[in-house]
Amino acid sequence: MLEVALKGSRRYWGLVIFLLGIIGLGFIFYLKQFNYGLGITGMSRDVSWGFYIGQFTFLVGVAAAAVMVVLPYYLHNYKKFARITVIAEFLAIPSVLMCMLFIFVDMGQPLRVLNVLLHPTPNSVMFFDMIVLSFYLMLNLLVGWTVLSAERKGTPPPTWIKPFIYWAIAWAPSIHIVTAFLYAGLPGRHYWLSAIMAARFLASAFSAGPSLIIILCFIVRRYTKFDPGKEAIQTLGKIVTYAMIMNVLFLLFEVFTAFYSKIPGHTLPFTYLYSGLEGHGKLVPIMAFSSILAAVSLFLLIIPKIRRNEKALGFAAVTVFISLWLDKGFGLVVGGFVPNMFERVFEYWPTTPELLITLGVWGIGFLVLTILYKVATTIKEEVILDKYGEKQVKSG
Amino acid sequence: MSISRRQFFKIAGATAVIGLGGISAIEILQPGQFEAAQLSRNPKALIGKRWGMVVDMKKFDEETMKKSINACHRIHNVPDFGNPKDEIKWIWPETFGHAFPGQESKYMSEEIEHLPFLVLCNQCNNPPCVRVCPTKATFKRADGIVMMDMHRCIGCRFCMAACPYGARSFNWRDPRPFIKEENKEYPTRMKGVVEKCTMCYERLAVGLMPACVEESKGALIFGDLDDPNSEIRKVLQAHYTIRRKSELGTEPSVYYII
Repeated sequence: MLEVALKGSRRYWGLVIFLLGIIGLGFIFYLKQFNYGLGITGMSRDVSWGFYIGQFTFLVGVAAAAVMVVLPYYLHNYKKFARITVIAEFLAIPSVLMCMLFIFVDMGQPLRVLNVLLHPTPNSVMFFDMIVLSFYLMLNLLVGWTVLSAERKGTPPPTWIKPFIYWAIAWAPSIHIVTAFLYAGLPGRHYWLSAIMAARFLASAFSAGPSLIIILCFIVRRYTKFDPGKEAIQTLGKIVTYAMIMNVLFLLFEVFTAFYSKIPGHTLPFTYLYSGLEGHGKLVPIMAFSSILAAVSLFLLIIPKIRRNEKALGFAAVTVFISLWLDKGFGLVVGGFVPNMFERVFEYWPTTPELLITLGVWGIGFLVLTILYKVATTIKEEVILDKYGEKQVKSG
Repeated sequence: MSISRRQFFKIAGATAVIGLGGISAIEILQPGQFEAAQLSRNPKALIGKRWGMVVDMKKFDEETMKKSINACHRIHNVPDFGNPKDEIKWIWPETFGHAFPGQESKYMSEEIEHLPFLVLCNQCNNPPCVRVCPTKATFKRADGIVMMDMHRCIGCRFCMAACPYGARSFNWRDPRPFIKEENKEYPTRMKGVVEKCTMCYERLAVGLMPACVEESKGALIFGDLDDPNSEIRKVLQAHYTIRRKSELGTEPSVYYII
């Protein structure tokens, strides 16, 4: 099927070359980092994880969110999602890939990465995270590819794939729960040491992920002849709405516990992130922007009339995605480190090389996504009717 | 020269047989030769079940504390980058409010408030850093010392996130050019690994006290917490002591007399 990705329009090749350029730039700066050490980033003794780990955390959520499409389709036979399951599965693949790359670029001794396998340590959450992510990547590749191949041949998917589909459904939340456990089990990091962390992670994943799927559906519809379907997009909109409400509520629960109990360890990170602490407030504009976007998105999503308007829904999806990217991809990690273990404030801000390496990894993700979507949409375009007799191609 | 597939298999097979046979022959004739040589313990080595330390703030003056810190950093080739972003430190002073966050009060004695408290790795009995390390590069020894294997560390810094005492430092860049005077007796580190105080395991192994203790003029008491007759236990019997963030259940092995 991959040969489909070798034939494309000028626009397709333009995009591929553009992404390769970004990847190349990121790679050059990665070589610099490899040579100099992680000191090239903004991280320090006090804020020892930064943008890379933030991106990793956020993207695990995006990867897990495929389950929001796959589950209704396979477990509840929600046929409207038939067309977009592969869109969701093929989003999970580059997302997990980016997760792994972000972990890799964050390592001080990347050449020793296999030590994790050489000295397996089951008491380390990171060891489990590696296992769940690897399996999730393989499951999505297997399921997405097999189902799409069957579709191309015009046959129903083989029955042996079913157990793998159910496995992937059960596995998706686990990747994000385990990632939350990386944070939620550390004594002394009050911002993270919370039982609701895993629930917050899932809520934010199930809003940010489907938001991205909505955006991708619009892009696919615009630039290919394959239409993901109006109703499927509307259902995704409802999923995003509920998940985003939960996400904001969970955050407010944390705020209540911190500020009603007034325990300094719990309040200080929130104070630092949202209003600044001891004259330091580099993240305040970021968190304010994230909060405003969250409020705007909720307004657009909760009112059904607005949500049903596709333009408004698209805009809401963008606001949800950016809001959560800032909150989880940046604020969440830094909030755990500021103030530090001595209740001193040392701030963090990513450097230019750090941002370019980050961009490079996103470039790899989007390149893989582009290729996979090229394959998927081309095959979907070829298949005129699905097995329920619904039209797959826009008339005209 | 070119060889046929048949010749290649012949040579490869013969080499394998000779190679394996050779090893087995030596194993039979001189058993144990291929195992790593086991070093016998230095008879002078200090042996304990759970090493610990008491920091007696009543006996510490700033001058002595500086000497202790410098001795440690000099012996262990701790680099000085001169900036807080790259900083690496094993043992250093903190004021009471920062060493014991949450314990300070507006009305406490100014003397204690401004006293420099010596902080270092607590060699926890229940160390979170060891729990989270994905490669066992940091591990607890039988004598209670929380050790670092710099050759195994992948530099993921999970241990730095997990340590509630900020005891760990990371080599953000090559530390070697920033070592003032290299001590050839102790290894330097490379970029990309985590390091911290290891309670001078290398000195204990040859019968010496930790470097900071040696310089402290009695303000640091080192010994086996598990031995009821040790000096450290007698000191702990006689004084009221506190530990940093003991409420977290990490069971620090460093005690403070205020």
